[in-house]
Amino acid sequence: MATTETFYEVMRRQGISRRSFLKYCSLTATALGLAPSFAGTIAQAMETKPRTPVIWLHGLECTCCSESFIRSAHPLVSDVVLSMISLDYDDVLMASAGHQAEAILDEIRLKYKGQYILAVEGNPPLNQDGMSCIIGGRPFVEQLKEVAADCKAVISWGSCASWGCVQAAHPNPTQAVPVHKVITDKPIIKVPGCPPIAEVMTGVITYMLTFDRLPELDRQGRPKMFYGQRIHDKCYRRPHFDAGQFVEDWDDEGARKGYCLYKMGCKGPTTYNACSTTRWNNGVSFPIQSGHGCIGCSEDGFWDKGSFYDHVTNTNVFGIEANADKVGIAAAGTVGAAIAAHAAASAIQRIKQRAGEHHEENDQT
Amino acid sequence: MSVQTPNGFQLDTSGRRIVVDPVTRIEGHMRCEVNLDENNVIRNAVSTGTMWRGLEVILRGRDPRDAWAFTERICGVCTGTHALTSVRAVEDALGIAIPENANSIRNIMQLTLYAHDHLVHFYHLHALDWVDVVSALKADPKATSALAQSISDWPLSSPGYFRDVQNRIKRFVESGQLGPFMNGYWGNPAYRLPPEANLMAVTHYLEALDFQKEIVKIHTIYGGKNPHPNWLVGGVPCAINVHDTGAVGAVNMERLNQVSSIIDRTIEFIDKVYLPDLMAIASFYKDWTHGGGLSSQAVLSYGDIPDRANDDSAANQMLPRGAIINGNLNEVHDVDLRDPDEIQEFVAHSWFQYKDESRGLHPWDGVTEPNFVLGPNAKGTRTRIEEIDEGAKYSWIKAPRWRGHAMEVGPLARYIIGYAKGIPEFKEPVEKVLTDLGLPLPALFSTLGRTAARGLEGSWAAHRMRYFQDKLMASLKAGDSHTANIEKWDPKTWPKEARGVGTTEAPRGALGHWIVIKNGKIDNYQAVVPTTWNGSPRDPAGNIGAFEAALMNTPVAVADQPLEILRTLHSFDPCLACSTHVMSPDGEELTRVKVR
Repeated sequence: MATTETFYEVMRRQGISRRSFLKYCSLTATALGLAPSFAGTIAQAMETKPRTPVIWLHGLECTCCSESFIRSAHPLVSDVVLSMISLDYDDVLMASAGHQAEAILDEIRLKYKGQYILAVEGNPPLNQDGMSCIIGGRPFVEQLKEVAADCKAVISWGSCASWGCVQAAHPNPTQAVPVHKVITDKPIIKVPGCPPIAEVMTGVITYMLTFDRLPELDRQGRPKMFYGQRIHDKCYRRPHFDAGQFVEDWDDEGARKGYCLYKMGCKGPTTYNACSTTRWNNGVSFPIQSGHGCIGCSEDGFWDKGSFYDHVTNTNVFGIEANADKVGIAAAGTVGAAIAAHAAASAIQRIKQRAGEHHEENDQT
Repeated sequence: MSVQTPNGFQLDTSGRRIVVDPVTRIEGHMRCEVNLDENNVIRNAVSTGTMWRGLEVILRGRDPRDAWAFTERICGVCTGTHALTSVRAVEDALGIAIPENANSIRNIMQLTLYAHDHLVHFYHLHALDWVDVVSALKADPKATSALAQSISDWPLSSPGYFRDVQNRIKRFVESGQLGPFMNGYWGNPAYRLPPEANLMAVTHYLEALDFQKEIVKIHTIYGGKNPHPNWLVGGVPCAINVHDTGAVGAVNMERLNQVSSIIDRTIEFIDKVYLPDLMAIASFYKDWTHGGGLSSQAVLSYGDIPDRANDDSAANQMLPRGAIINGNLNEVHDVDLRDPDEIQEFVAHSWFQYKDESRGLHPWDGVTEPNFVLGPNAKGTRTRIEEIDEGAKYSWIKAPRWRGHAMEVGPLARYIIGYAKGIPEFKEPVEKVLTDLGLPLPALFSTLGRTAARGLEGSWAAHRMRYFQDKLMASLKAGDSHTANIEKWDPKTWPKEARGVGTTEAPRGALGHWIVIKNGKIDNYQAVVPTTWNGSPRDPAGNIGAFEAALMNTPVAVADQPLEILRTLHSFDPCLACSTHVMSPDGEELTRVKVR
């Protein structure tokens, strides 16, 4: 078998010039919010590394994470798969099936022991002896544990792997559990969302390849770079919230003017995700921009927090800083995050005073 | 030992048993077992759905206006179609009429799904059953260019372009890290394309991968994101404002132009890349006539894409509604989803239990209580299955039947029904494909026919997107910009009890949701989905389902390489997360085990 190429060699051989390569590194640095000087670090990393093997397993899920992943615009998913990683097992895309597919898992585990990334979409159910998700005649949870044993790190794609998501909603008939409940001895990066944003998914992967380390995580295990702020913090309709201009009914005057969807049940004030900044499908829009409130799909247990159209009065609005600290998001306390939290609290307090509404305390930890 | 099924298949289990698990390049998890005779011909086929998630029990007691979001998560591949089915079921139960603009936008979104899903299915889930990636390395780029230019005026077709792609693939293969192409069935004699056709198809595999992400931006504009855009009971959530202040907060002229531009590009890609590739590939496989299964005898469609809002009549559906049984194309039966005698689900061979398993239940009376047991002839153990016993329970999929008949659903079923009804926009393209390939009508009833129908439908859908976008613009010009009806948004306006049914034709076939609402909450919810129909196990009478029927009597070139099995199963575009569901009627707590 030919020797494994570095990331840079592969790019060069695919006709990408040195100049374009460096430009790519610089853009990656910018996209990740890093200083321009980091471009050199990225270039150096890519010139010396082989493509990292990735095993992508599927448990109970709906495949929306894979569908999102293939929509990535920067980088293009064809470049990710052909030039950046080696996607050696993914039963949605792989050519082989049955025994030939299963054999790949053994080969990668042996050949790249401790070096491959395990990406998990969906989650293992534990009821029925685990047999409500069967792979190769065995419970998925067994396959998951075996492949995890020799991996370098786990990426929990989406809300299923991160939190449990829809099949784990009350009463969770299959007892589906998130990955971290059964894999406890490996670093796990949670990339929640139903699904996560495509460019966030590829952004997490390229970050790991580039810097050869895991992204910095918050206390819930999410990359801070993408999940450090609420949708509400950066929402383009925020000025209408601050001004007390709300949509009161679907398709009303306020809806047509793009007013704030808070009263229509928008969960933006309590949802940590990059939707209002990165937006969806190469930045075309995001739920609020297209007229529907955020349903909070990247938050733990979002299915069981009442109707998506309930006004968010049961979330902790007034004491938002204390709450954010408790759940660990702003706990690391970068100045920026603290200021954002403070600004949010002040604005919400203004609204609260104006509207005279009662907000219940609700500890979400 | 040989058994004749009531639906006319001769099952013989005496030959060598082959197991394919996991079946890959599908949505969800599935297992397939077949018996091969001494000539490596499939004489018995068993398809097993190997997952269930229990979404319907989760829906009980919830707000019916939220149901679309839950059911949308049944499937992220056919994203949106369950949500649309759900809002239709709720609107049917509560008697909510939607604005014309909402109907147009919903249709555009559903058709966007068709165009995207069929394209991705063809290139990324199905093509490798026909296309040998490694053979593409041997192609002459000049000859490849000549081939491409002879079938289409798509501009990316120069010798240099194909050479560059070939070099990229070559270096990828030489790197020793084959990624998703590892352990493929390259060189299998069942592959029949010349190297140039393989290179053209592999090139378009990559082009389609880049292009598909553009199509879904229509969902992003009208629904905020994709996968899993947002929907609304009573209409659509996106308000329209093309004239006044604040237009940047709603769907405005720029957004409408963007949709329009994507529609044009989608039509172009499908008509200039997808369809010509499909025809070129088909021309090399036209004597591979296997995989017809049930399609020549029993097909079903609920119809979809209502031209006008709030008219559920068959005549108003642009995709045809009806059922054909016993292979009689001269009679298309009406379909009534409310009739308790028409659609029934059986569980005699499913991992669920009924009090009387000889009978089927209509979805409004549906019961789904899990019962995971293996039959006495299964090999292995409960958690290490080596061979399934299809004489007993063997799948997480129920067996739905229409008036007792196992039915095939999906693009081929829709085209056969459209053909039988003599509807020109379905009949003429079918006749043209058959004429161009020099094939008789029976050739339509095959794996290749299923794949061809999906391609024709992808093109049909893209052109229909244009129709509805134009219709939306005409409505806006006429002064109507309404997108939602909120008269019955407030649950206080609802009756104490209501029941409804919602249908769509999902890309994979007939989809129905049945809902019972009591005191403002969901009391019962049942979904019968396309892969439940196609992937169904045997019923109490012994009828086999569409997957199993389609595999019958197919020769396999290399017994250890399930290429032909994958080819036929993929032609249905199986969606297993959709097909499996559970309902505990009394809401009882199911067995729990401790988390380690």
